[in-house]
Amino acid sequence: MKDEMLVEWVGFPGHDGDVIEAYSARPLGRERRPGVVVLHHAPGLDPWCKEVVRAFASEGYAAVAPHLYHRRGPGHWADVAAAARADGVGVSMPNEQVMGDLEGAARYLRAQPGSNGKVGVIGFCSGGRQSFLAACDVPSLDAAVDCWGGSVLPQEPDPLRPNGPTHGVIHRAPDMTVPLLGIFGNDDANPDVAQVDETQRVLTELGKEFEFHRYDGAGHAFFTTDKPNYRQEQAVDGWAKVFAFYDKHLRQE
Amino acid sequence: MCTWITEKVAVTGAARGVSDWMTVNQVNVFYDHPVQAPFDHAVIIDFVDPSAGVGARVGIELSAASAVELVRAIEAALVSPEAVRDLADERAANRSTVSS
Repeated sequence: MKDEMLVEWVGFPGHDGDVIEAYSARPLGRERRPGVVVLHHAPGLDPWCKEVVRAFASEGYAAVAPHLYHRRGPGHWADVAAAARADGVGVSMPNEQVMGDLEGAARYLRAQPGSNGKVGVIGFCSGGRQSFLAACDVPSLDAAVDCWGGSVLPQEPDPLRPNGPTHGVIHRAPDMTVPLLGIFGNDDANPDVAQVDETQRVLTELGKEFEFHRYDGAGHAFFTTDKPNYRQEQAVDGWAKVFAFYDKHLRQE
Repeated sequence: MCTWITEKVAVTGAARGVSDWMTVNQVNVFYDHPVQAPFDHAVIIDFVDPSAGVGARVGIELSAASAVELVRAIEAALVSPEAVRDLADERAANRSTVSS
């Protein structure tokens, strides 16, 4: 049956060999399948992010979401996330650490029975920025999806955010070798329309392989079904774009 | 004497608590995406004891307007004669602690 899946918490070596926990879902069928790494949004590896992992499994992908705040635990995910967020993103999720955890997740997926060897990444909010960076920093990936990643561009220094991602990641764009899909709401404040325009301009000038889909009537996090941000029509179309992109880059061998 | 002064404000938000009393020695306040409250952004206030692990936390997520009302209520509570006197005593004690 197509919808049969195995859902479990797993562990694998991430950055610096640290064993990190991750939420995993994969179909039970015997067909060869690609993998997807899900990078959770800033509030943490919450029920909605786990729902996303299961959604990929029901579409025939092996999916895994590394708990990027894992090192701040143990404890309930919301408490771990609160402590990590209080530390600031630069302390709790330094880029190098996230890329290491992501590479560990990709290795884990490729080692699973039935893997077709291809792995994509998708990230939301802060995970969107991390997914953009992964497209530049982890060339072994086959596709990257950035959902409304903020702070891709450099931010004005803010004394209230001493550990904020002020440098952005756009300076890494010349290194981008992984095809990128971007999903954005035109009512979002970070990234706003002008910022997405600028990112699009940079990638176009560099001749990178990318496609952006930008939605009117939607703001930040408009896929999140458990928040008032959810926009049904735009989200359904956005998910269709994500699966078409992955079908193209992860299923064709 | 007992003051029996209560400021009641209507708020919209969410909270995550603990099962019994806990020590609180730090408060983290930020305006960001909430975990539970039904907003894109919220004022998030975490009362914590970092030495006791991440679970030693009472977390509150309030809408911006609710947080303003909370600030107003706190300030209103602090104008009682008892509060004014205790605040002066506490500040004086802190000054002597710092200078000694």
